[in-house]
Formats: sequence, C-alpha cells, structure tokens
Amino acid sequence: MQSTWILALAGGALIGVASAFLLLTHGRIAGISGIVGSLLQSNTRDRGWRIAFVVGMASAGVVASIVAPSAVGTSVRTLPLVIVAGLLVGYGTRLGSGCTSGHGVCGMSRLAVRSLIAVITFMATGALTATLVGGAA
Amino acid sequence: MTRTTSALLAGVVGALFGAGLLISGMTQPAKVVGFLDPTHGWDPSLAFVMAGAAGVYAILFRAIRKRGRPWLDVKFHLPARRDLDMPLILGAGIFGVGWGLGGLCPGPAIVAAASGTISGIAFVVAMLAGMYAQHRTTRA
Repeated sequence: MQSTWILALAGGALIGVASAFLLLTHGRIAGISGIVGSLLQSNTRDRGWRIAFVVGMASAGVVASIVAPSAVGTSVRTLPLVIVAGLLVGYGTRLGSGCTSGHGVCGMSRLAVRSLIAVITFMATGALTATLVGGAA
Repeated sequence: MTRTTSALLAGVVGALFGAGLLISGMTQPAKVVGFLDPTHGWDPSLAFVMAGAAGVYAILFRAIRKRGRPWLDVKFHLPARRDLDMPLILGAGIFGVGWGLGGLCPGPAIVAAASGTISGIAFVVAMLAGMYAQHRTTRA
C-alpha cells in the first residue's frame, strides 16, 4: 500500500518532468488529447513532433508489454461499454479543449481558470459515473 | 536537421511521459475506477500522481518561462483564453463520464493500446472516432 503511493508520486513526477521538457524544447503544452486530436485535423501544420511524441508514448506501452505486462490492466467493463467510454472521452476532451494532462497537470500548475473549472467538472462527473456504475461490470 | 532534432526530442519526451503513466498506475483501469469511486474501498493513491506531476511542472514551468523562447521554436505556445464557456464545461463533463466508465484517459489509453490489450485498442479506436466526430460537428 505504501509502495503504491510512492510509485504514484514517482510516476507523477516523471510525467511532470516530461511535460516541462516539452515546454522547454518545443514551447508546447503536453496535452495528450490536443496532440492526438490535432493529428486528425487537416489544417494542422506541424505534425512531425506530434507524431514523434505519440510514437514515443506508444513505445513505452510496447516495452511494458515485454518487461512488465502487469503494468497495464485490462478493462473493468464489457467491450461495448469500453467503446462507449472511448467515444465519450474522445468527444468530450476535444469539446472541452483538454484532458487530465493538458487541463490537469499543465493547466492547474499555471493556475489557469479554465483548466481549474475543467478539472473540477471532470473529477465530479468521473466520480459520479464510477460510483453509479460500480467498480466491476 | 532541426526537424530531426525536434522529432527525436519529442519522441524521447513521449517515451518518458508514457513511462510515467505506467509507473504511476494510470494504465490500470481498475485502479482509476477505484480512485474515482470512494464508496467501494477507496484507493486514493492516484491523487499522488497529480500531486507529483503538477508539483514538478509548477516549479519547472516558472523557471522555463523566464527564458525568452523554447529551444526549437521562436515562441512559447500557451493557451491564452480565460473565459468560461459551455463547450469547456460540457466537454469536461462528458470526458469525466467516459473516464469514470472506462477507467482510461487519452494518454494511458494510447499506452494500453500499444501494449496490445484488446480493451485498450478498442478504447483508442473509439476515442479517435469521438475526436473526429467532434471536429466534424463543430466545423460545420
């Protein structure tokens, strides 16, 4: 139990360092939904670093599947519900201009009001949904 | 040269970000749902992910912003909007429902899909479709 929150803190710190590094090198906010979503838009010009970032992130998943497969858990929901969840996350993050990384990590650190409101909102609806649907279905 | 450097550095940053997600536990949907649901044996450990990430970023952000410009660009690209509007709140609300349901947000979903889990791949395909749908409906 104690090691769980130490890993959470260490992993979080690494996410913070990576996000700060993207600001230092590219001057960009490390918002995953924005980086991924803009690749689906035809008017996005600077695709190179976005594609490289996503490939880098995916490579962590590939390495994990070999060296630490238990680091990635399977879903707690049935496949149809997983698809519904994915649709909502995709649509909602683009409509709301960000997700856990852009609004959560980067936005809250900058004391951005829009991000603060977004985080309060998605934490509230997330908690409500998780509680109503339950831990395993 | 610069484009290669840019892609190389972005790739390294992406890999670090992904490693952070894996270490932190954000790629475990059961853990995320257990964090968001306080009524069934609450697991608060994921609050430390945000604390660690936002804490480190807050300090480094201030130091980096003192520089005139980033390494590979002429200026910083920071969101300038301050207004609160319906799309922001509605979008965040919808995202939260999906997060609480599936236990994955965009970053961890991509890492999970790349690791080869069926649920991760299904989630990401649906997420991309949801993003695309949003783009199509707002541009009209």
